[in-house]
Amino acid sequence: MDFNRIQEKLNVLADAAKYDVSCASSGSDRANKDNGLGNASKMGICHSYTEDGRCVSLLKILLTNHCIFDCAYCVTRKSNDVKRAAFKIQEVVDLTINFYRRNYIEGLFLSSGIFKNADYTMERLIAVAKKLRLEENFNGYIHLKSIPDASDELMYEAGLYADRLSVNIEIPTISGLKLLAPDKKHEDFTKPMLKVKNELLRFKNEHKVIKSTPKYAPAGQSTQMIVGATGETDKDIMYSATYYYKQYNMKRVYYSGYVPVAEDNRLPSIGTQVPMLRENRLYQTDWLLRFYGFAVNEILNNDHPNLDIDVDPKLSWALRNMHHFPVDINSADKRMLARIPGMGMRSVEKILNARKFRKLNWDHLKKIGVALNRAKYFMICDSRHWERKDLDAEKIKGMILQQSTGKFRNQYSTQLSLFN
Amino acid sequence: MNPSKTLIYDGSFNGFLTTVFVAFEEKIDVVDIQRNTQGQNGLFSETETIFTNVEKAKRVWNGIRSTSHNAITNVYFAFLSEVDGIELTLYSYILKLMTAKGAKQTDYSDGIVLRISQLARSVGREKHRMEAFVRFQLTKDDIYFANIEPDFDVLPLISKHFRNRYADQQWLIYDVKRKYGIYYNKEHVELISLNLKEVHFNKIHKSDALLNEEYDYQALWNDYFKSTNIKSRINRKLHKQHVPKRYWKYLSEKKETA
Repeated sequence: MDFNRIQEKLNVLADAAKYDVSCASSGSDRANKDNGLGNASKMGICHSYTEDGRCVSLLKILLTNHCIFDCAYCVTRKSNDVKRAAFKIQEVVDLTINFYRRNYIEGLFLSSGIFKNADYTMERLIAVAKKLRLEENFNGYIHLKSIPDASDELMYEAGLYADRLSVNIEIPTISGLKLLAPDKKHEDFTKPMLKVKNELLRFKNEHKVIKSTPKYAPAGQSTQMIVGATGETDKDIMYSATYYYKQYNMKRVYYSGYVPVAEDNRLPSIGTQVPMLRENRLYQTDWLLRFYGFAVNEILNNDHPNLDIDVDPKLSWALRNMHHFPVDINSADKRMLARIPGMGMRSVEKILNARKFRKLNWDHLKKIGVALNRAKYFMICDSRHWERKDLDAEKIKGMILQQSTGKFRNQYSTQLSLFN
Repeated sequence: MNPSKTLIYDGSFNGFLTTVFVAFEEKIDVVDIQRNTQGQNGLFSETETIFTNVEKAKRVWNGIRSTSHNAITNVYFAFLSEVDGIELTLYSYILKLMTAKGAKQTDYSDGIVLRISQLARSVGREKHRMEAFVRFQLTKDDIYFANIEPDFDVLPLISKHFRNRYADQQWLIYDVKRKYGIYYNKEHVELISLNLKEVHFNKIHKSDALLNEEYDYQALWNDYFKSTNIKSRINRKLHKQHVPKRYWKYLSEKKETA
């Protein structure tokens, strides 16, 4: 191994890959075959966390950062003056195997800048995955990027070796895409998505009849959208996310607060703060849609095109819909329990089980771990004490904000501080 | 009236289950259950030493499992927490399971049931962390070696994960705190104890026992760890929440800061 050369390449190509936020290693249960190397853990494992608090579970690198496209939001765009490098296929294989054997990673996340054309690039990515699977008997997790506009045959082959496939639409609106990535068409992104979706459906049907049908991308597909680059509303983002979840059976849609990487008058300037709180609110909404039984138009609609910054989306919904509350903890159904602010799905399960034995009071709920600072205004339990009494939504919001603290509070607080 | 007794067992899980069996069978009014290394006698109760009997232990195990699969996992995980007085709490838990109607293990409004399920959760979290934070170092004997120092005794729980995953390499994970380890020789896993002269932290100074290549890969991993960080999003509090400081000395990517 030529240590110095590899080291230099790794620095360049890991640095360029880090803006892809997905690092999930879950959803696949590939078993270890013939006493080979590795398996995939169904729940996924984060082996480390960077200082920005993001999970490190895969070796996330680009095969190369040479690219023929010039997308304004991307750090590897053609016109950007950065150091360029490219890995050989064997080098990626060696790095993956050696990191994996030391229990550093769950597997490989391989993406690439586009050189020559989409199919040529996609072929290289597949070659790495194929070598790992067939020559090294590697059964760990592999996430391959689908290159926009790659052909259907290649997308089929990619799924045979990869656990997850993803293509990032990056810009949530078609008008935004025209502005920032004029060389790319919206259909280039959706074409591989559609192929993957159809292959997943085909696998599901054939697997019912023939158990030995070869696995096809067992962890499904995902995509990513950049937040805060083109002035889109939260409604635009979440409606478009909902569309991808429904239309292409996405496992995940990721939201990535735009990190300014270039001076370009179409984009926020360098030094603009990354919209981390907004990103957080979008993820909270995503969770409400996927696990808490909310419909997207309950949370975002023409009257409320943007999420509240100062309170979480569930609390914000509850404050607008006070007529649903208070909910009686001891008799309400699961759907309503899940709608109480401060109540997580784990607490909901515990309550449903525990209330078979006795009526629950404040003490029980506190021990179970419900965030009573918010929940207490929206529920009643086995106690004569009811917190809301006759408070209205504004008052409740005020009291909750007063009794809690938030890391981002100073960014949006209108309260002047006394001493500066 | 039944006799009040403090029961002494050998510290093993089977020993504990045997103790539960004896207490049930002889209808003992249990004052406390202690490891034989503890030896704290109560003033007004007799003590009785229980000898581990695998048959009896198995009957208790099966008895709990037949009430719920979840309950037996809770009992085993909570036992491995080694928390002070866990034996007596577990004894009351098992008593509740056996006497109550319905799925008592899900009655989270009962203090003991909630406590056991929370403890089992903590141990489960530690197990998952160890599956993540073990850092193998390749020795000259071609063994992938790692030291760990988990909060709870999780080696028995992680053995299967590592055997399934690293089926084609020899590996050894050694618990420095409890002074035993598990070793896989490409066929099966065995328990071992070592006479370690030095604990292999991921130190900056190099050890003779390891290959040079090993340090190259550690350097590459460190570089990777640094270049995948986005500086404008720094959030050290979250970082420490995910990777608590007590684990840093065994993580090669954190060796400069530990």
